Order: sequence, then C-alpha cells, then structure tokens
Amino acid sequence: MEKLRASRHWLRRSSRSLFDRRSELNSEKSLHHSVLTRSFSGYQKRILPVCLHPLRDYRGLAEANAIQFKCFGSVAELVQRRPSFSTLNSDDISYFKGILGEKNVIQDEDTLEFANTDWMRKYKGSSKLLLQPRSTEEVSQILKYCNSRHLAVVPQGGNTGLVGGSVPVFDEVIINVGSMNKIIAFDKISGILVCEAGCILENLTSFLDNEGFIMPLDLGAKGSCQIGGNVSTNAGGLRLVRYGSLHGNVLGLEAVLANGDVLDMLGTLRKDNTGYDLKHLFIGTEGSLGIVTKISILTPPKLSSVNLAFIACKDYFCCQKLLQEAKRKLGEILSAFEFLDIEAMDLVLNHLEGARNPLPASMHNFYVLIETTGSDESSDREKLEAFLLSSMEGGLISDGVVAQDINQTSSFWHIREGVAEALMKAGAVYKYDLSIPVEKMYNLVEDMRARLGNLARVVAFGHLGDGNLHLNISSPNYDDVILAQIEPYVYEWISKHRGSISAEHGLGLMKANKIFYSKSSETVQLMTSIKKLLDPNGILNPYKVLPHSHNP
Amino acid sequence: MKIMVAIKRVVDYAVKIRVKPDKTGVEIHNVKMSMNPFCEIALEEALRIKESGLATEVVAVSMGPAQCVDTLRTGLAMGADRGIHVEAARELYPLTVARVLKGLVEVENPGLLILGKQAIDDDCNQTGQMVAGLLGWPQGTFASKVVLDKEKQIATVDREVDGGLETLCLDLPAVITTDLRLNQPRYATLPNIMKAKSKPIKKYTPEELNVEIKSDLEVVQVTEPPKRKAGVILSSVDELIDKLKNEAHVV
Repeated sequence: MEKLRASRHWLRRSSRSLFDRRSELNSEKSLHHSVLTRSFSGYQKRILPVCLHPLRDYRGLAEANAIQFKCFGSVAELVQRRPSFSTLNSDDISYFKGILGEKNVIQDEDTLEFANTDWMRKYKGSSKLLLQPRSTEEVSQILKYCNSRHLAVVPQGGNTGLVGGSVPVFDEVIINVGSMNKIIAFDKISGILVCEAGCILENLTSFLDNEGFIMPLDLGAKGSCQIGGNVSTNAGGLRLVRYGSLHGNVLGLEAVLANGDVLDMLGTLRKDNTGYDLKHLFIGTEGSLGIVTKISILTPPKLSSVNLAFIACKDYFCCQKLLQEAKRKLGEILSAFEFLDIEAMDLVLNHLEGARNPLPASMHNFYVLIETTGSDESSDREKLEAFLLSSMEGGLISDGVVAQDINQTSSFWHIREGVAEALMKAGAVYKYDLSIPVEKMYNLVEDMRARLGNLARVVAFGHLGDGNLHLNISSPNYDDVILAQIEPYVYEWISKHRGSISAEHGLGLMKANKIFYSKSSETVQLMTSIKKLLDPNGILNPYKVLPHSHNP
Repeated sequence: MKIMVAIKRVVDYAVKIRVKPDKTGVEIHNVKMSMNPFCEIALEEALRIKESGLATEVVAVSMGPAQCVDTLRTGLAMGADRGIHVEAARELYPLTVARVLKGLVEVENPGLLILGKQAIDDDCNQTGQMVAGLLGWPQGTFASKVVLDKEKQIATVDREVDGGLETLCLDLPAVITTDLRLNQPRYATLPNIMKAKSKPIKKYTPEELNVEIKSDLEVVQVTEPPKRKAGVILSSVDELIDKLKNEAHVV
C-alpha cells in the first residue's frame, strides 16, 4: 500500500517533466499522459512487482533520465533508461569515424528519424548515431569499444520487425548491418549458401533462382528484410510447413559477442555433432546475445511445378478438416497452408491496391490458400485437383479457384501477404501473433469478438498449417478502452491453453515482460544467466526480450 | 452462332527465360507453360458473348504437341464447351497456323473467330490477319471493345491504333484479335474444373484438314539482346561534348 502511494506520487511528479519533453515525442505518444492518470490504477497489481525496483532507484533522481513510454502496444509500461549506460560524446564519434570512415557514421536527422522508427510506426527511439559497418572486423571493433564505454547498442537489419525489437528505446547506438550484403559462396551440389547478414531476402531468392534453388523461408517483408535479422528472430513465414524453421536450415553462422569477440561457427556441414551446438544461441534471440554477421544456410532445390488453390470454406471446422486431409492426401507436395477469415478478406479488398477477389460471387466465412510444390507438373496438378474435388464433394469446400499461371498465383498470394499492409492503411492495429492448438484456434477469435463487440474489428489470418494465428484488432484510432479489453485477456487465454504469446514475431520490446505467459520462471532464470554470461554489461539490445526485472 | 477461339500454349509470362546454349531457341524444358495472356482475353470475350445470349457454343482450338491438351483443359475450365486439338510435333509458324484454322473453320462454320493479337513467345501478330485473308473474312484487330448485333449480323469493334481508337463495323462471319484492355479474364473455379473433365476434346491431324506442315522460315540463331552498359556520370559540359563527339559520334 505504501509503495502504491509512493509510486503514484512519483508519477504525478514525473508527468510534469513529461510535458517538457512533449515536443520531442511524436503525437501518438501524447496519449501517455491520459494513460497515466486514467489507466494506471487498472494495472497496478500487475506492473508493480516488475516496476518496484526501478522505482525505488529512480526516486531521488529527477530529470536526468528520460522516461520513455511505449506508444501503446501491450501495456503503458514505464521503461526507464538504465543509469549504468553512458551517453555518447564527441570522442566516441571520432573513434567510430576512425574505424568506419566519415560516410558510415551517420548523425543526419532525417536518416536517423527513419532508423529510429519501426515499420508499424509504433515505436520510436531517440538515437543520435547510426553506424554502418562493412565487415565483421568493424562490427567487432564497434562492440569492443561500446562494451568498454558501456554504450548500449541496437543491432538493426531491414527494420521490418513487428514487436519493436529493431529500433532503439532511448539513445542506443544503432548498428545497421545493411552494408554487409555480399554473397560469399554457393555450393551448387549441396545447395549451401554462405552470405553476409545484410543480404535482403528477396535478393537472395533471385540469386538462388538462377542457380535452381530457393530460400527455405518466405515472408511478406521479403523485399526489405535481411537474412541476419531473419536468423536473429528465427523468422517463420509461409514455407515453414514444408521446409521447417531456421533452427533446422541454418548450418552455421558467424556472430560478434558483446565484448567484440568474433565467434566463427560458419560451418557448412549438414551434420556436425562436436560439442554444444552454440549457433542456436543466436537464432531467435533477437540480437540480445550477439550480432550475427555471416550465415550459412541450406537451400532446397527449386522444384518446377508450383500450384496454388484459393478456397472458400463455410466454417472453421472445415478449414481444420481440410488441413488434416491436405497433409494426408497432398503429403509431400504440400508447401503452404494459409487462412484468412471474412474480416481479413474484406479489409484487403477495400484497402489493398490491386487486390482482386478470386471468388467474387459471394463473400465466404473463411478462405484458405493451399500451395503445392513438386517436380512433376501434370501429376501434381492431378493430385491437387483430385484432392480439391473430393473435398468439395465431401462438403469441406464451398468454392475455390486454381491459379492457371504465375500471374494468378502472385495475385492470390498478394491477397494473403497484403493483409498486414491493408491493416496499416485501415487505421490503428493491435497485433498479436499466437501459437494455439489448431482445434482451439478460432475459439479465441470468437471470444475476442464477443468481448469487443462494436468497439473494434477483429481480423484473423495466419499460418494454419503451423497452428499460428495472427490476431489483429483494427479500429480507426488507438484507444485504451479497446486495449484494456484485449490485454491481459488474450495472454491469459493463451497461457491457459499452453500456447505461445509470440509464435514467430518474437518478444522485442512489445512483449518483453510477457514471457511468463509461455515460459516457466526457472526457464527464464536460466535465460537470464546466459544473458549475463554473454553480455555482462547488458549493452546488446537492452530493454527487450527478457523481462525488465531480469535484465542485468 | 458458334464462336471459335484459338489458344496457344506458351512459356508463362512471368518466367525469366533463358536462351539455350546452342542458340537454337529458348529453354522450354522444365519451364512453366500456360495459356497466352491474349488468348485468355479472347476466350473471356467469347464466353461473355455466349453468356449474353448472342452465341450458343464456344469451341477452343489449339495446335501443337500433346501437352496442348492441358491448355485446352484450362480453356474448358474457364467455360468453353468443346476443345479441338490439332496434333503437330514440329514448331508451327503463323502462316501454317492460319491454314489449319481455315481448315477448322470450314469444318465447324463458326460465326466469329477470336484470337489473341499476338503470342508472347514470338510476338508475330500475324495469325489473325493471315487467316482473315485466307478466308476472305473481315477483320477487327487490336480490339478493345466488341459489340455484337445479332439481328443485323454485324460486330462493332473498337480498335487500339497508334493515333487513338478506331471503330469498325464488320459483317459476320469475321475475325477479331484481342488487345489487353478488352476484358479481365475470369479464374477457373473448382466446379468448372470438375465439369471440364467431361467436356470432349476432338483430335485432328493437319493432313485431315488438308494442310501440309512446311515452313518457308528457318530460325538461324537466337541470342540474348546485348547487355545494357552502365550509365556514366559526367563531371562537366566539356566532358559531355567530348563524349558526344568521340564516342557516340552524334556531334
């Protein structure tokens, strides 16, 4: 009780300094003041155990540390800049210019504005420095220096992440590996590609296309996302159901640790059981244990026959049954199984440029995309058509089309891949990426719809083949009333069903304190120990992934 | 009235083509093949005319190797009633194709023959015009709009020409070749794909149509266009004049 009163008192004091800083923050963040006074009471029970320590340290210090607020997103949590981090000075800048050259040390405000803001324009940092190293050696020198100076850093690639993990929270130095974009080697026999972390996914796919191979992952952000970021976040995407996750496809990598040590684990062997397989420490850890600089990845051969069907189902049970049947009847040729519900389809048709409804006759409750990839055009075609026709006769499918050429294939994919973009255009979006057992998946959507009623629009789509739901709540504007209805309900629902609160997007900043909904405290404790071991000063991508109370 | 639509199986429009190492042609082995986009537009127009009640039957025709049947099945799945496949192992050039089409027209007696304006593999833009000449039929090529008048038995065709749009009135029977803006082809829906399996595809050989497969053309060599050279940024007007004079020889 005592602490409660004290913290409220602190907040009232701090809100005055907020006003002074108002000009620095963008308009979306001004929501915070109202958030503080209105909603804080609602969140007390939950935040306090986490915030107590920082608050105790903070009381006494005044304006020295800028209080950064997350724009909205999960909870209006107060993330406080860690006092142990240093601030940049001109010596630092000269040092960096000495290693990287003038051109690659960027302090220009316009470029920084872009690098400080994430793709969804939800999170904005206030970094004053962007570094663009061109080699692993340069990355190593930067990190060694930053570690000795206690300067926090954010590793950045394509900046397409959706949980605020790729942008600074405060004034962390941004290390963008985009200039390290060379393809180092490609073995045509085994299909093993070795490249630098800054290579854009689409460029790698084009390169491999000429050689007769494809990348084992494919996602909507392919035109901008970089492979280093994909690996660091263990990106999933559309082909996971066929080729598995990056944990299986990445054969080796080279990473730079917080103290500048370069860890060369760039093996190109399919099998290597010598010791602990440490590369997994850098896959999916979102840059918090090291910066990935080179990757060696196994690429599957490009098979000639790709077929895509766009199908309509009347209810979720049919979609589920269809998935079961597809895995059985299409078996080895199934390469993607995605779904969208009627709200998602409606949004896409209204907001996405160039979207054409493949089934214009009527709107259906659910749409499923089934893609097959195989080596024999006619037999794959026959298999797919036979499967679709028997499903239609069995009542699982209401209607559907099969793409007849590559143009039609692209336009069907455009619909599924464009939902995220359409959501952005439609206004504010609360985005959740959840793993749930397939039978229960749509129950969450229906529960959410019942909870929100007319407040907001619940849109569902995702990788049905992997049990991954992208739950998005769309409304014209951000509103904490809506947020209160969504969180923590959605996380608790997931926790109850032993699902994951972040199937593929990662934790980043948005879900940094949510890990306990999906992982036990002993597990998180061990993660914290590993973090302390590899990054004792906590300079790598701070405030993210692990809960704030657990960060060094 | 019957409408006959000629469709061609070509390398898919979106595929990055490569020239064969022996320079005799383009690599088509293991490459995705589909219906020529202009032929899709032609078939769509024929289907729309039939749906408006002005025609009774749409017959899709294709000539070439056995795999043409796949393309015909796509046409049937879009809504054509019957298919005709003229078997030919060798590559066919426009004049031969026109002669075969003439033979088929004499068998089927359609009121309208619709084709795509050109195939995207050879870009010839000749077949429609040649077959109209051989049949002595009026032709409306590069059609961007087609309106039929059943009573007067005429077709009003808007053509896309260099100067803009030209409107022609053709007495039926006539030949129309379609341009891009005529319509947006429909997708092949599952119920139609199902129905297509039972639609008949009749086979003919060129001999049955009294056409000899011979060509007066021989492809000597196929090469890639020369690679574009990178642009150069010049630093002064003098340098520009120097380059224009000595390298480009235009001054």
